Amino acid sequence: MTETADANVASFVEFRGVQKSYDGETLVVKDLNLKMPKGEFLTMLGPSGSGKTTCLMMLAGFETATHGEILLDDQPINNIPPHKRGIGMVFQNYALFPHMTVGENLSFPLEVRGMGKSEREEKVRRALDMVQMGSFAARRPAQLSGGQKQRIALARALVFEPKLVLMDEPLGALDKQLREHMQFEIKHLHESLGITVVYVTHDQSEALTMSDRVAVFNDGRIQQLAPPDELYERPQNAFVAGFIGENNKLEGRIEEIHDNKALVRLKTGELIDATPVNVTKVGQETLVSVRPERVEFKPEFFDKGAHTIEAEVLEFIYMGDTFRTRLRVAGHDDFVMKCRNMLGQRRLEPGEKIPISWHMQDARALEKNSAI
Amino acid sequence: MSDASHDSVQSGPLTTADGKPLKAALASAQAHRTRRAFYLVAPLLFFVVITFLMPIGQLLTKSVNNPAFYSWQDRDTGEKIPLMVDLRAWFDAHPAGTGPDEAAYAALVTGLVHAKEVKAQGQIGTRINYEVSGSRSLFTKTARKADKLEPPYKEAVLDVDKDWDDPKLWNSMRNASKAFTIDFYLSALDRTRDDSGNIIKADEERAVYILLFERTLVMSALITFITFLLGFPIAHLLATLPLRHSNLLMIFVLLPFWTSLLVRTTSWIVLLQSQGVVNDIWVSVGLISDENRLQMIYNQAGTIIAMTHILLPFMVLPLYSVMRPIDPSYVRAARSLGATSWTAFRRIYMPQTIPGIGAGGLLVFILAVGYYITPALVGGSTGQLISNLIAFHMQNSLNWSLAAALASLLLFAVLLLYWLYDRLIGIDNLKLG
Repeated sequence: MTETADANVASFVEFRGVQKSYDGETLVVKDLNLKMPKGEFLTMLGPSGSGKTTCLMMLAGFETATHGEILLDDQPINNIPPHKRGIGMVFQNYALFPHMTVGENLSFPLEVRGMGKSEREEKVRRALDMVQMGSFAARRPAQLSGGQKQRIALARALVFEPKLVLMDEPLGALDKQLREHMQFEIKHLHESLGITVVYVTHDQSEALTMSDRVAVFNDGRIQQLAPPDELYERPQNAFVAGFIGENNKLEGRIEEIHDNKALVRLKTGELIDATPVNVTKVGQETLVSVRPERVEFKPEFFDKGAHTIEAEVLEFIYMGDTFRTRLRVAGHDDFVMKCRNMLGQRRLEPGEKIPISWHMQDARALEKNSAI
Repeated sequence: MSDASHDSVQSGPLTTADGKPLKAALASAQAHRTRRAFYLVAPLLFFVVITFLMPIGQLLTKSVNNPAFYSWQDRDTGEKIPLMVDLRAWFDAHPAGTGPDEAAYAALVTGLVHAKEVKAQGQIGTRINYEVSGSRSLFTKTARKADKLEPPYKEAVLDVDKDWDDPKLWNSMRNASKAFTIDFYLSALDRTRDDSGNIIKADEERAVYILLFERTLVMSALITFITFLLGFPIAHLLATLPLRHSNLLMIFVLLPFWTSLLVRTTSWIVLLQSQGVVNDIWVSVGLISDENRLQMIYNQAGTIIAMTHILLPFMVLPLYSVMRPIDPSYVRAARSLGATSWTAFRRIYMPQTIPGIGAGGLLVFILAVGYYITPALVGGSTGQLISNLIAFHMQNSLNWSLAAALASLLLFAVLLLYWLYDRLIGIDNLKLG
């Protein structure tokens, strides 16, 4: 659990020792502690069944915490029904009311708050303009495309100016291009309105693109809570390393370790350099993780004095902006190297034998049994 | 595609590459498929025509046309023999309200003699008996003696029975000799004709049909409403429970379908009669005293209870099929937007179930309006519905034309309801499953 940075943050949303069980036998959420300042965009990222959606539902009030406390603006909200929490929510399937027009959908939250007609109309109009859907007020949800529905769902969650907005995989049903476009739109709305957002997704690129901080969930726990760059470049354990982005993993044993430098002997006998993350002892089993784009094969870019290791080219894939080369390294057939497609970049031939290396800080020696 | 570029400049209908109109080309390309599709549905179409459209056509014809007075079908040859030819000619020649003269009596006697030869006097008498009771015996008695009657026929016939003098009888014969009559509809609406053929209200003691129509409609509406009240929560439970529980519940809902209607109805008798299970329990726990046992069967209460039970699945199933696909996130969304659970139900959930409510309501109501067995068994005298009266005229009084008229009125009432539903809610909004 990484909460070091949280301790002195003024929290807006806070989970205190929250546990959740559906059947009384297994815990879906195990001891969740999380503090979130006002205005933050926090993403809960994890594979399905990792407990991230359950956390969101507890925050929204549709599930009750089995144990622990949830605070919103320093008020415990465990016993407050969902409609009194004042939290806006965007659902995965949009959940636009099919029997109402777009305008009626947006006006619904204002109506149940007893707002007057003219004020309602004004707010609805502004919310629709905000998502560039001003001319769609009279349409029915069934007449809208996926992206348009998504915008309306967003506008509806924002129209009553909630303190906090929750989004449950809101872009899951859109195609790739539209999804990327909407990611930026949501991000911009967050910035311009200054709202606090909790976003749930299983798409790591989405999480990295949009968030101030990402909480990586697995097995009912937060594995790491960090800004995207830190998460990507300094994963705290083998799960995070494997889940965020692509990673090459090499098994080995610590040969030498001092300060920020470890020497690892691989199963096949080669020696490589790595940065120790959560390994401490000589002789410990370790998993060294290296990002494909940080692997280098041109000797002129090699770090002085770094160990190199021999690799055999198995496959060369042209991917447009990058070349993806599959290598056999230390007995592993699935070691991947990515190079940018730039002028004069050499295309490797299958069967070729090349030396590869990397900067020591790009190889992270992780404790082996933390791998999942 | 050069064609596509021409489309914009072309005026007039589109054509294919060889100049045939596009619509004709499309029709001929699809003709084969249309024919094949027709062959597939042809047996069903044939079946529907034979078993549904033709009987309904017969029913409608029967309700306005009853040839029993003027046509006799020979049992052996199937040949149709006209009856009362002279009398019909006399009716044609004299306007309604003319008293019968000697010629009329002579025609009557000729007709009766002929009818006796082919043994049709009973049929003729029965037909007139629908309107003037006692006519059947009058006709058979007179026909027996007809060939021995001598002119002047008026005195001779009145000698046999002076009831022949009754203008009502002659009016009735005049109506019965017409090919088409609306008199059965008049009877079905508690109307009759006076001596000169004007439409008037029927006597108090004979006026039962409108009352029964009213009762049938009111009770059906009540039953529909009760099944809705009971069925809505059940359907909601079915749609929201986890599958393994909802399957079990679904079996309970469908159980009545797998039990004989008769068994179900008679078990209600066992339960509800004054010495029955329910009353016994209430007496034993002191809810009611032994002398004040409730009469819950052989009256309207019995009919309503038993029919509600029997028709409940017809309400639950359409509701369930509409509720099942309603995503729980709609209600959640409403709640997160600030609606109380009641508002979320009323504004978000309920409107989405309207197609199911409409379908279930229409289905139950239409079934209830035509229900027969249950009211016959548990309805007593106050719980009878119009269908029981139709059955009575089919089986006991053998006045099929009146039965047909009553049934047609029922059919029109249902069609009217269907039309109203279409106008108010829209028939596309109907979802049966």
